[in-house]
Amino acid sequence: MAQSGNGPKQHRLSLPATADAIAELEPGSVVYLDGIVYTAREGVYQRVLGDNQALPVDNLAALTNANFHCSPAAAPDGAGGYTVGGVTATASFRFSKWMADWLDLTGTKIVIGKGGMPRQDYQNILAPRGAVYLTTVGYGTGALLGRGVTGVEAVHWLDDLGIAQAMWLFQVENFGPFIVDSDLAGNSLFAQQGDAINKNIASLYDGLKEPALHRYGETDDRKNEVI
Amino acid sequence: MIKNATVEAAAYDIMSRAAIDIPDDYLKGIKGMIDIEKGDLSSFVLQTMVENWEAATEDRRPMCADTGLPRYFVKAGNDARIDGGFVGVEQALRSATARATRDVPLRPNRVHPLWRTEHNNNVGINAPEIDWSFEPDADWIDITTVHKGGLFGSDYRMLFPGDGIDGIKRFLLDTLIAFGKRGLACQPAIVGVGIGGSKDTCMQLGKQAACLRVVGDKNPDPKIAALEDELKELGNSIGMGAMGFVGSSMVVDCHIEVGHTHTGGMPVSVHTFCLSSRRATARVFADGSVAYRTDPQWFTPYMRRETVAWPSPETARSNTA
Repeated sequence: MAQSGNGPKQHRLSLPATADAIAELEPGSVVYLDGIVYTAREGVYQRVLGDNQALPVDNLAALTNANFHCSPAAAPDGAGGYTVGGVTATASFRFSKWMADWLDLTGTKIVIGKGGMPRQDYQNILAPRGAVYLTTVGYGTGALLGRGVTGVEAVHWLDDLGIAQAMWLFQVENFGPFIVDSDLAGNSLFAQQGDAINKNIASLYDGLKEPALHRYGETDDRKNEVI
Repeated sequence: MIKNATVEAAAYDIMSRAAIDIPDDYLKGIKGMIDIEKGDLSSFVLQTMVENWEAATEDRRPMCADTGLPRYFVKAGNDARIDGGFVGVEQALRSATARATRDVPLRPNRVHPLWRTEHNNNVGINAPEIDWSFEPDADWIDITTVHKGGLFGSDYRMLFPGDGIDGIKRFLLDTLIAFGKRGLACQPAIVGVGIGGSKDTCMQLGKQAACLRVVGDKNPDPKIAALEDELKELGNSIGMGAMGFVGSSMVVDCHIEVGHTHTGGMPVSVHTFCLSSRRATARVFADGSVAYRTDPQWFTPYMRRETVAWPSPETARSNTA
């Protein structure tokens, strides 16, 4: 459901998200989530896709189709549960090589993280699988996102992978804000904004003298991204 | 005599203060940037950050879940006496780190670099780092903790005298643009620039300039202070704002620290302290009382001393008398 008002358009989305709801998301709009999100990053991807271990949750997509690239600031509460303090994303592009197989295996349709995916992934990996990317804001609205976590549904592989890499299933309510990066056509907000900024970059160097020595590894193309 | 237990308790306290409460100087700096930011998305991001800091303080939860690599900067007065000695202080800081990691909670980010094993408490080999400095004519010790992320936003380059100020600008632009795309540097940030020293000192000076000086602070050398302003303006003219969106909010403030260097070189480092800028300081006095603040006051005149001798204030007064 979209709301209008001052600032970006806002959506509230129930998980697992339906194809229709996902189709409504436009780059640059803001999303809040309800339901269950799960965390998975390189530790989980390596176990499942690298080492061929079974997913620890049966029929994950029926429960949630939102994968959060996140390591929570969490600790056991001493009563068998967990205290989840802050919740913040980690940079997603590092997981690019896993994403196609992961989406196929899990039926995940919403990828949430920091910084988006490599530009070609939106067209080649996410959009063809009916998946979109949501980015956290800031980065580091850990307290706001922490407020949105109402409980821990389950945590898997905590002993083996540690708090940061374990697979957490969070119960969430009004969990956000997130900004829509990519849509089902494979458009990306990060790509659009980057292109706009790149137009002015060369002129920033006008009038600065050439370096005394060109350093090994230095790029001359400042439109390149670190990712 | 300062008791070890007092040091431990103070260090534990600043761990949660740093993780939860945004320093006032940084908050004012960001609010000032919101007023002039014309990019809609960049402005939305900054306003959301302000809401996030309010939520963190209200709920007493970390403002960012990547609670970085907790570390310490200790400044010991030359006349400070600690019952456990310096080793006792180091032990207290490790204990405070482990306790705070469990209680705040902080994310146990610290892992062995090769085996990726951890103790789930942010303590390990060479972790947390403890940087020491000293202060003449004082009997207190200052303990500052900084929780800084570590993957993106810092870089080093060996420049040469012939590169001059232009070379520094070129390097600063390269770094801010490269790490600013998609907001990997978690900008707008306090940018620290280390110039000179040897490679490792250069990195250290830039890091300390970013993490241990507050927004609005100026280098006491007026020419360096002018360069700080110039570099800040340059960073904010890139056309990039928060999260790499179109805008102007890149550099909240720029701090430069220098060290005398090799005659043939001009090493430069650039560091960006993130949107959470987590720092907190405790001063433990000789009588065991503790005072808290967010300005580390790390770069004292003594830290920036230039000649062989350091006159104590008494000596300096008697010399001019």
